[in-house]
Amino acid sequence: MEIQIENSMIKQKHMLAEQFIELSQVKETGKKVVYTFVPGNLTELIYAFDMLPVYPEINSLQSGMRQKSKEYIQEAEDMGYSEDVCSYVKCDIGMMLQGNIGPTGQQLPEPDILLLSYTGCFVFMKWFENLKQLYPNAEVAMLHIPYQEAGKMEPSAITYIKEQLKNEVIPKFEKVSGQKFDNDKLGAKMDLSAQAEDLLIEVFDSAKHTPSPIDAYFGGVYYIGPIFTAFRGSQDCLEYYQELLKEVNYRVVNKLGPITPEGYMKEEKFRLVVEGPPNWTHFRGFWKMFYDIGAVFVGSTYTRVGGVYDDGFRHSSKDSLKSMAEYCLGCYTNRNLSQRIDFIENFITRYKADGFLVNSIKSCNSFSAGQLVMMRDLEERLGIPVGFIETDLVDPRYYSYSNIKNRLDSFFQMLDQRQTFNVGNDNLSDDVLT
Amino acid sequence: MDNSSYIEIIKTARELFEDLSFTYASKWKQENKSRKIIGFLPIYIPREIVHAAEMLPVGIFGAGDRIPVIRGDAYFQSYICHLPRTVVELALNGNLDDFDGFIFPSICDVIRNLSGIFQIKIKDKFVRYLDFPQNFEKSIGGTYYRSELERLIDDFEKMNNVKITPEKLNASIVLYNENRKLLQELDFIRINSPYKIPAVDFYLVQRAGNVMSVEDHNDYLKKLLPLLQESTNEQEDKIRVVVSGSFCEQPPIGLIKTIENAGCYIVEDDFQLGHRWFSKDIDCASSDPVDVLIDSYLNDSTYSSAVYEGDTPKGDLLAARVKELNADGVIFCAPSFCDPALLDRPMLEKAMDRHHIKHSNFQYHENLGQFHVIKEQAGTFADMIKLWE
Repeated sequence: MEIQIENSMIKQKHMLAEQFIELSQVKETGKKVVYTFVPGNLTELIYAFDMLPVYPEINSLQSGMRQKSKEYIQEAEDMGYSEDVCSYVKCDIGMMLQGNIGPTGQQLPEPDILLLSYTGCFVFMKWFENLKQLYPNAEVAMLHIPYQEAGKMEPSAITYIKEQLKNEVIPKFEKVSGQKFDNDKLGAKMDLSAQAEDLLIEVFDSAKHTPSPIDAYFGGVYYIGPIFTAFRGSQDCLEYYQELLKEVNYRVVNKLGPITPEGYMKEEKFRLVVEGPPNWTHFRGFWKMFYDIGAVFVGSTYTRVGGVYDDGFRHSSKDSLKSMAEYCLGCYTNRNLSQRIDFIENFITRYKADGFLVNSIKSCNSFSAGQLVMMRDLEERLGIPVGFIETDLVDPRYYSYSNIKNRLDSFFQMLDQRQTFNVGNDNLSDDVLT
Repeated sequence: MDNSSYIEIIKTARELFEDLSFTYASKWKQENKSRKIIGFLPIYIPREIVHAAEMLPVGIFGAGDRIPVIRGDAYFQSYICHLPRTVVELALNGNLDDFDGFIFPSICDVIRNLSGIFQIKIKDKFVRYLDFPQNFEKSIGGTYYRSELERLIDDFEKMNNVKITPEKLNASIVLYNENRKLLQELDFIRINSPYKIPAVDFYLVQRAGNVMSVEDHNDYLKKLLPLLQESTNEQEDKIRVVVSGSFCEQPPIGLIKTIENAGCYIVEDDFQLGHRWFSKDIDCASSDPVDVLIDSYLNDSTYSSAVYEGDTPKGDLLAARVKELNADGVIFCAPSFCDPALLDRPMLEKAMDRHHIKHSNFQYHENLGQFHVIKEQAGTFADMIKLWE
């Protein structure tokens, strides 16, 4: 059974290896390369032109996991980037300056086109303005996604995005790839995406079981890998999620917890929902602080940053451009604070969470600004214990094990006491509650 | 120059700057029951629309070091810039109680999420995040911007029970054109004879325009400008610098003074960039003035860290401006944790190097109280240019 559980992981590794091989061979194959971002990515459209996507954030996070980010960040700071700004940007630029060697040790190709899909993060725009100077020969296509200011998708915003796709993005893709836009080819990919999205949501929703068969944060970052990056819209992606769901269902039937780096999680003690991205430089040690004590994440907002499918949205071939527009608009950090709070509340109640944790990321104001208000609001609405820790994406200088551990210990103690006294149970006497 | 009149005029601006209760705006509102106050965050909003709705647009640029931040710090982590803390502090302390609404322009993630905090915490007021297009094609970005402005106009009309007719909007454009023109005259005086007005006074005069009604600010400038022309201040041995990167969270007054005292005449800055978002007049005779405002935004906006640069690198524009102003160098002066300014800085610095323009940089926060390090740095920068250039 261990082998079956590992199948999806093996498949994902294989898909990634193939992707990087393909990228390293573009000089021979003549395939064009698109640099773009995860939130609001247009992977199906990129593949509809037979081009290959590269995601600078993914390069940065992988550099973080490979302990390379410190040196890359230093390189960028030496050339004038402030310590205060996003470490993804600095890591990516530092990596580029040191030869653009990807996670497999192969050099990443330069972009033929920079697709600036500016979704839910203002820094993306600045990042690509910087890349534009570093790759002066690349074509640049700008796709501005308006924010869901009023807590809904305005029809004018959908039209705006469709028009940009029609008049800015697609013509530039045609120019760079030398291919005409083929709506049927795009539609076929989007229908495959929709099938994979159905399966992903089944995987995430399995957290309603006790014990939860998934960890929606640390495990979740692997579950979202194919669909958030280079594979959405492919047969491989669909097969990955079919395999993953099989493994999750096996764990449900056998009442098993999620897989951790040390095997199945033994005991589910606390069910948590988390807001914010994880830290990548100490990923395993960070995860260990949770699984050692039996804390499992049943919901996470980070795993919605590259697309939200929980409220029914699926990519669709019916009106491909509209579908892409709605996808981009719906990404988690493109939603206003009230929507984000409602979203988290739904996780907490649906997955019967014991606590809510904020991992506040120094680099990411898009996520972080407003989190303290969100936290207090949820505490007031639901009476749920809340915890707060601070780390960074890929800057190891902002990861303090002892600070995080101290805060988590207090949080877990609070959860433990709550479980012991079952706070909220009317049968308890007042002095116990006091 | 009539020194007492000058002192009196600057005193008015300083009082407005220091008045965190926004007494001027409250008094303006009390004069007529139908009047409303709309606060706006940096950098630019089309104030003409607010004015045409018979409302007073008031800039909210933080509170510097003038209030202790107690509750504001509980809203933001330590690595987020300072301005939103003092804005929240002002709101929670009741300093903005007379305001009827707030507009948050799309300049960065922090201001964007601050709009969400206002939506949640300031429930009985109008709160709008105004998304400016980053696509500058009239049929695409222009159409979107029109929908944003029409939504705003619709809300204002309902709020204030007024109709924003083309005539009213054109009349407002006339007033703001005049304001821009007067401020340009002030700019010309500074560019040609920076010794005629101290940097701090210049700043306060500009800043007053974000509190006063446009009518009052125009009158105010009309009184000030002739006095400056007559100024007998003597030129000192100082270099001419452009200060860049301070368009949102404002530098403390002490910092502005420090730069000048260290031997630098500031001949241009972006502290109050919204005032000179457009350098030419906006057509005020159109039957569709909303369209005119859209065209102005798409075609005539100044370069800014908050606006996608497209095919024209900002660095080259800044370099051209430095040369046009006959400036000796650039001081990049950005607030700590300001993503737009700090991510622009390396690009701008490179452009300055390409164009052989000297530059220096430092960071600040609005409540900074120690300036000796900055004084040394700016002084060394000035000395270096005076000695070697």
